[in-house]
Amino acid sequence: MTALEVRNLTVDFPQRGRVPFRAVDRVSFSLHAGRTLALVGESGSGKSTVVRALSRLVAPTEGEVRLGGARRTRGKEYRRAVQMVFQDPFASLNPAHTVGHHLIRPLLVNGRARRGADAEAKAQELLRSVNLTPADDMAHKRPYELSGGQRQRVAIARALAPGPGVLLADEPVSMLDVSIRLEILGLLDRLKDERGLALLYVTHDLATARHFASEVMVMYRGEIVERGPSDEVILAPRHPYTQALAAAAPSSAAGRARARAARAERLAGRARRDAERREVVVGDGCRFRPRCPYAMDACTRRPPETEVGPGHRSLCWLRTDTKDSVVDSSA
Amino acid sequence: MTAPTVPTVPTLPTTPRATGRGWLRPALRSRRFAAGLALLAVFVLTAALGPWLADDPNAFTADLGQAPSGAHWLGTTQTGQDVFAQLVVSARGTLLIGAASALIATVVSVVVGIGGGFLGGLADEALSLISNVFLVIPGLPLVIVVSAYVKGGGAWSTILVIALTSWAASARVLRAQTLSLRTRDYVLAARVYGEKRWRIVLVEILPNELAIIVSQFIFAVIFAILTQAGLAFLGLADPSHLTWGTMLYFAQNAEALTSGAWWWFIPPGLCIAALGTALSLISFGLDEVLDPRLRVRKVSP
Amino acid sequence: MSDDADDVVLRAEHISVTYEGERPTHAVRDVGFELRRGELLGIAGESGCGKSTLAYAVARMLGPPARLTEGRVVHRDRAGAETDLLALEGEALRSFRWSRLSVVFQSAMNALNPVTTVGRQFDDIFRAHRPRMRRPERYERARALLDMVGIDPARVRAYPHELSGGMRQRVVIAMALALEPEIVIMDEPTTALDVVVQREILDEVQRLRDDLGFSVVFITHDLSLLLEISDRLAVMYAGSIVEYGPAERIAADPAHPYTQGLLRSFPDLAGERRALRGIPGSPPDLREALPGCPFAARCEHAFAPCATTPPTLVPLAPGTSAACHLHTVARTGPRPEEGRQP
Repeated sequence: MTALEVRNLTVDFPQRGRVPFRAVDRVSFSLHAGRTLALVGESGSGKSTVVRALSRLVAPTEGEVRLGGARRTRGKEYRRAVQMVFQDPFASLNPAHTVGHHLIRPLLVNGRARRGADAEAKAQELLRSVNLTPADDMAHKRPYELSGGQRQRVAIARALAPGPGVLLADEPVSMLDVSIRLEILGLLDRLKDERGLALLYVTHDLATARHFASEVMVMYRGEIVERGPSDEVILAPRHPYTQALAAAAPSSAAGRARARAARAERLAGRARRDAERREVVVGDGCRFRPRCPYAMDACTRRPPETEVGPGHRSLCWLRTDTKDSVVDSSA
Repeated sequence: MTAPTVPTVPTLPTTPRATGRGWLRPALRSRRFAAGLALLAVFVLTAALGPWLADDPNAFTADLGQAPSGAHWLGTTQTGQDVFAQLVVSARGTLLIGAASALIATVVSVVVGIGGGFLGGLADEALSLISNVFLVIPGLPLVIVVSAYVKGGGAWSTILVIALTSWAASARVLRAQTLSLRTRDYVLAARVYGEKRWRIVLVEILPNELAIIVSQFIFAVIFAILTQAGLAFLGLADPSHLTWGTMLYFAQNAEALTSGAWWWFIPPGLCIAALGTALSLISFGLDEVLDPRLRVRKVSP
Repeated sequence: MSDDADDVVLRAEHISVTYEGERPTHAVRDVGFELRRGELLGIAGESGCGKSTLAYAVARMLGPPARLTEGRVVHRDRAGAETDLLALEGEALRSFRWSRLSVVFQSAMNALNPVTTVGRQFDDIFRAHRPRMRRPERYERARALLDMVGIDPARVRAYPHELSGGMRQRVVIAMALALEPEIVIMDEPTTALDVVVQREILDEVQRLRDDLGFSVVFITHDLSLLLEISDRLAVMYAGSIVEYGPAERIAADPAHPYTQGLLRSFPDLAGERRALRGIPGSPPDLREALPGCPFAARCEHAFAPCATTPPTLVPLAPGTSAACHLHTVARTGPRPEEGRQP
């Protein structure tokens, strides 16, 4: 079941004396109940803006966001259905209030509990569902008493309080210690299964995207450059940017000798001063062109989204495997 | 696999913040706070118990312009009134004006500053403009002009005048703080789960500004007392309302300075300074408690 | 890179650092390590393990309330002469800093002075340490340094905000290398950058090491990265080193349960999907005295001695050591792999 459908989402930010900055450019995708979609990209790719637009913190310039097939959704209903987990566990809780407050307010505002004992009981239930026990104790603590992992659990519980069908997780573990990241991601996964949530997992980490999401979308400078089943996209990336991401991630499967060889290859292949190249502003063509090792003349025109495998699409002129240099630029 | 981590520059685990229950005991650990509080308590008690501590300040006695003695601890004025009695009763007057002015100024600055900061847009622009106008107009001349107009309104006119000229600076500070807090994730989260705007301001943002508001209030009291003293000294306050400032006014008029009647003008001046010091100590002490980084540290060997 | 165990350029012994306060925090507890000439020593650990404090202590950058309560840091120059870094004061310390040992701080790219140009900041370094250099010479050297880290030398006139994060980090690295130091301490130098930029910068650092031959102490939480780039590495937990040895060996056969758990926390990009789990629980409060092993509460192999006796670093093979009772108990105890749940 399609929980959320996004069509041609575009977000522009006005700039003083200049053309508005297009942070998100005609992005379309769907979220399905019980499944995780990973949105992968570096900072500046627009992935956070997508999340903010979906949670209605930022108004889209163009495009539609439809909830469960309905034409338009009233604000209140939408907020109940779509919730968000923020990135920074140290900033997402109000230091002036207890943990209980953070859960009781959304429960009351969305009519999920009655004031008083009912709200407290439901808040404690939420705490138990994210493994923060003893719940009674936890409810009276203040954020400064909690570790990063515990805070993030509270943030997740808060997002679940209104009873959403869609959960937007904006880099939920990138500011946590490495050894607890998997616990939190596992928790999100479990909650998704238990409650049939549609989960959007925004991250810059390909490895966890692969392990926790069934589908992956890769974003670069506001556009989705590649999408498809996670194993496909990450193990056999077709877009040069995704290939660069995959190559850049440390992999302990690669031996040290192989890593050293790969490094030598990278250095040899790269001209000096190419740190400059990413600064170039492109016109209408492919945005990855300044950094792309396979850039061609055709790339001055915006490439079409091409099917490169079952359910696997790439925004690139390269049709065949890049190892052959046969390229179909006749589109 | 990389990620921005929280800064690992070593930081002390923070001690519990002094908000909510049980803030007094940690606050008392700060020597400055304790000292300031003690000194303030002296003045407050004096003001409260005034009439029982001293004789009628307005009674004329036969001892004119006498230096301090057993009968009159701080001597007498030119007209034979007991200076000590006046001093004690003035404490009440001064504190009342100080507190009332500061309270009104703080309330206005909270409404304008936080309201404008949160609402944004035209409302913010308008409120900012008003604040800036009040800030730019020179304070003392404005106070003098307005006082000259409303002279005769008693203590209340002084209070209102002082409040009117001191709210703007605080409003700016609160607006800046609110602008910063408005983009915090927990405020955004409240918007996402559908909290009403006015509740967000009152429940999520305001409690985090309490520290600043308290600090602004304390300095507003100091400012009010000093301004009141200045106004009174210039003869722009109601002379029948006894404050340390009016004492100075009368002392000046009776040329106490040139005649060497130090017992008349030094005590009120000292009291003003001492009260100001007490309030400052309280404010700095509270800062220390609320922000551990400001704690006075012994330099390690 | 020298394999000669005698060619040590920096040696730290018994370093302990405490943060004074109502309840003092013992952030670093009796830590020692050796840095050989030309090698890259990695120090891995999560937040609160003391790795940054250790780096600051070695670089003499600790300020109150942090205090070095014991320890020695000895620098050996090429001739073999030894200097106790912690005894240096005043002029001697100042001239040592940056010309022999420099530091790249975390988020250093945000530490560039925003109101002066990049070139001017290089200039400051040269004027402070090489007073005899003349202006044209300083300018040329700044341009050469920028070129060395892969930035167009014309950028010497740029202001920091005109450069991207990755470029600013390169500038900071160039500044750290300006006086050709023997040792560079890098504290999470690439953590705030994107994966691809991080990879580029690390490649650059490796290349510079190959060309210039300096040693690096590389501090980060990213253990998988360290396993790739380090020669030797130390894993820190709760203020102490729990495992120490050549990176290859630790990658192949981690001895300490914390190292194993940490490695397990990095899911493999290309490997099989497996049940993923990190390490449950959280690090101990360093204000407390820790009886026994600080990792015991979270360790799945904890047994009798772990709660009562703190383990010490025990050599397992030449150059490798681990602080774990599993290895000190007469090797008759279960090997860590056997006890691990699938």
